[in-house]
Amino acid sequence: MLFTLFWTFFKIGLFTFGGGYAMIPFIHSYAVEKFKWITDDEFLDIIAIAESTPGPIAINSATYIGYKLKGVKGSAFATLGVVLPSVIVITLISMFFMQFRDNQYVEFAFQGIRIGVAVLVLNAAIRMYKKLEKTPLAYVMMVIALLIILFDVLPVILLIAIGGVVGIVNQLIKLRGEAK
Amino acid sequence: MSIKLLFELFLTFFKIGLFTFGGGYAMIPLMSDEVVSKGWLLSEQLMDFIAISESTPGPFAINMATFVGYNQQGIIGAIMATLGVVLPSFIIILIIAKAFHKFASNKYVVGFLSGVKPVVVGIIFAVALTFLLKSIFNIDIMNILDIEFHWSSLLIFAVVFGMSRIWKKLHPVYIVLVSGIMGLIIYGFIL
Repeated sequence: MLFTLFWTFFKIGLFTFGGGYAMIPFIHSYAVEKFKWITDDEFLDIIAIAESTPGPIAINSATYIGYKLKGVKGSAFATLGVVLPSVIVITLISMFFMQFRDNQYVEFAFQGIRIGVAVLVLNAAIRMYKKLEKTPLAYVMMVIALLIILFDVLPVILLIAIGGVVGIVNQLIKLRGEAK
Repeated sequence: MSIKLLFELFLTFFKIGLFTFGGGYAMIPLMSDEVVSKGWLLSEQLMDFIAISESTPGPFAINMATFVGYNQQGIIGAIMATLGVVLPSFIIILIIAKAFHKFASNKYVVGFLSGVKPVVVGIIFAVALTFLLKSIFNIDIMNILDIEFHWSSLLIFAVVFGMSRIWKKLHPVYIVLVSGIMGLIIYGFIL
């Protein structure tokens, strides 16, 4: 069982290019459909939890599913499985590919690729903006965060922590208002 | 091999893992704060590595940790940095799986996330803007008058951005490929 967990998450880690959200359908087809380790409802819960906690969604779901099936040992095996392909592939790339980085033509290609990367990040921002619950407070916080990072005013960690505290205070005020 | 540096790698990526909400790209400014400032990575390398990570298996956070760790301290460094970035998620999820069944609907969690989400979206827009200015106009935001512009960069932007808007489900690896091929042809052979 531990080996099946490890091997399944190893495959999930190996075949999802582009990381994070690309993994969700793979995890669903193995953990829900093929092995019936978790139900559809549990799967949705896991996604909700993974989105509410820090860290990559792949790690979060591997840890959760592993724990449910085989306790702490299960989560260790599942997480190791999902991490290992990245570690192996990136180590190989660091060893070999980086030697080509000084090649003139590779540099030309990367000059173009940096524009592609800017587009990828822009698209991610647009995608997340569409999913955002658009309250006036959310708009204000988004714009302030944008300016703070753009002009490098505060460390990112502090900014995220402040955002969280403002969110909690706002939520408590809202709940108190509803109670009255 | 330096034990001190290994520990620093572990601790730095632990911090990054602990504060990364909202997926890989939200990590980028955190990487700038914690990794570029330490001289472990150049900001161009960070951009190049995003492309490599989108074209290889696995989550960005793991790929980044392995890459930086390997470059600093070889395979042991890669393992320490990866362990660091994974552990916060691992520990937090174990606690939740054990103790909080209603975690995602807890009022503090809901409140915290309602504040963190718009901040993260703002952060990612800022990263996108910084990258666009840098890659198309070669502008540093702190030095905005120093513009160096080529029509060709704008052309590459228009093509790949157009592609990604027309085919919404297009895999990132195609964006990397097309912009790379265009870069090679335009900068290598035309200019």
